[in-house]
Amino acid sequence: MAAETLLEVKHLKKHFPIKGGIFSKTIGYVYAVDDISFTLHRGETLGLVGESGCGKSTTGRTILRLLEPTAGEVTFEGQEITQLNKSDMRALRREMQIIFQDPYASLNPRMTVGSIIGEPLEIHKIARGAEKEEQVASLLQKVGLRPEDMRKYPHEFSGGQRQRIGIARALGLNPKLIVCDEPVSALDVSIQAQVINLLGDLQEEFGLSYLFIAHNLNVVEHISNRVAVMYLGKIVELASDTDLYANPQHPYTEALLSAVPIPDPTVQKKRIILEGDVPSPINPPSGCHFHTRCPYKEQICEEVEPEFKNIGGGHWVACHLRT
Amino acid sequence: MEQPLLEIQDLHTQFFTDDGLARAVDGVSYSLAKGETVGVVGESGCGKSVTALSILRLIPNPPGRIVAGEILFEGTNLLDLTPSEMRRIRGNDISMIFQEPMTSLNPVFTIGNQIAEAVRLHQGLSRKEALDKAVEMLTLVGIPVPERRVHEYPHQLSGGMRQRAMIAMALSCNPKVLIADEPTTALDVTIEAQILDLMRNLQHELGTAIIMITHDLGVVAEMARKVVVMYAGKVVEQAPVEQIFAEPNHPYTQGLLQSLPRVDKDATGQKHRLQEIPGIVPSLLNLPPGCKFASRCPKAMAICEEEEPLLQQVGPNHYSACWLNH
Repeated sequence: MAAETLLEVKHLKKHFPIKGGIFSKTIGYVYAVDDISFTLHRGETLGLVGESGCGKSTTGRTILRLLEPTAGEVTFEGQEITQLNKSDMRALRREMQIIFQDPYASLNPRMTVGSIIGEPLEIHKIARGAEKEEQVASLLQKVGLRPEDMRKYPHEFSGGQRQRIGIARALGLNPKLIVCDEPVSALDVSIQAQVINLLGDLQEEFGLSYLFIAHNLNVVEHISNRVAVMYLGKIVELASDTDLYANPQHPYTEALLSAVPIPDPTVQKKRIILEGDVPSPINPPSGCHFHTRCPYKEQICEEVEPEFKNIGGGHWVACHLRT
Repeated sequence: MEQPLLEIQDLHTQFFTDDGLARAVDGVSYSLAKGETVGVVGESGCGKSVTALSILRLIPNPPGRIVAGEILFEGTNLLDLTPSEMRRIRGNDISMIFQEPMTSLNPVFTIGNQIAEAVRLHQGLSRKEALDKAVEMLTLVGIPVPERRVHEYPHQLSGGMRQRAMIAMALSCNPKVLIADEPTTALDVTIEAQILDLMRNLQHELGTAIIMITHDLGVVAEMARKVVVMYAGKVVEQAPVEQIFAEPNHPYTQGLLQSLPRVDKDATGQKHRLQEIPGIVPSLLNLPPGCKFASRCPKAMAICEEEEPLLQQVGPNHYSACWLNH
């Protein structure tokens, strides 16, 4: 596997202002993504896992500049992209695509499937007319649908089929990077397997790189080469999929892994049950954001934010007690 | 053998829609013993939730109707009861909790009010007594500072808290049966762990029997003693939990288990394909003849597309509806 860097994210932040009062003044911020850094290599799948509100979807969208970053750098194929103008950015979007979670909301219900998949090809002046139709037909077949389906509307398809349409749309421009934002979470179990396999096959065939965002650890571990764990806007651990499972360092990762229900009644697990709820990203705890729920918390954890450090073998963790 | 607490016998629930007749529950039978947890597992449209709603006779009519079958609770057929007799059962002997706590709790009443409502109705407690009971229930379900939270509204609580509040409501009259319809699907995994832990502890303390409806086989493995697998309105397999996972008989159950990515098995560095079940669930408005799973079944034979297989015993307490067993 090539270790060539495709995407580099440095100290990325995305804060959403909260307006209040009669004059809609900014009275606070949602610290959705709060200083994260990672790299994605060519041909790899980097999983980004975490629970609701941890900032993983916001990260995916900010990298693509669907949301503008508040601070930080995003470098794609050696080029810094956060300051690019609109037309340069549009040209770059051919290389970076996204698949969304909700197969019902992410397809325009008033466009035919053919138009949905063909639109990017037209906008980027790649193909028109008969040639475009040919490419759309080919894309549909690639994702396991039929060319005739291009004349149908989204409502005529099931959730899993619509997700395939979304994938075909993302593939049309032959991108290098696809951000998969919870692509299988809304699907039935037996359909999840189909779509996961499809994503794997396409990655092999087209040399794609994926940023795979999900909250289901089973799915993330299966598909990813490396996994980053997020909590309240921060990456708390980053490691290869094997290391993360075999040797989790961060207490949150440990709790997350132990919480996943295993479909095997004979497995006896030591369950780490975390107390309480995730704090609000509007008012994150001081020091280490996880300290309010950490079973090993010490004084320093409440006061000083831990650094994200490399502890060897490509394994990074942000914890005072483990570095 | 002791009479089961709840027994569903050959239930048929149908929906008469503009697009045709949907046989949502098409001849389903299973039972629940005192203090037992039965896991009902299946994917969208298999009929697991409609079966549960049928037990409590909450099927909207129109367009739905229970057209045949019996639901025996402690020997009495619930389908024969008058509306007021049925009201005495709901929330009192048989309770239910739902998937989306925000949409299942009334947003304009406090949590305390909603919990107290059940005990005032069924046990005739006064307002003060009912409020004390509500605080007691909130303590039982692990909500901190319950005396304060009892006066709060659902929107002031997090998802996990709301689910706890719903459990408190459902258990306030100490029902014999709790129907939990996908209680943790909308929750984060660490909160799910808390809620499942809570349910297990409460069951231990109160002796409640639970029907756990879910699509998550991991949850089933943790919580259930007996598993009922449903597909397109029918029970396709039923067995003790260890058997379902160790020796699944029906090709659908086998397919489901093989298609699951597993964190404890997949983190090997070697990426492999999942064993998928091809195709999609048939539409309930347009069910094919014969076995409903035949079109997706890797082992389908000619007879499978012509005649429906019946549930047959394939082991101790293990039943499966498949022509391969004949």
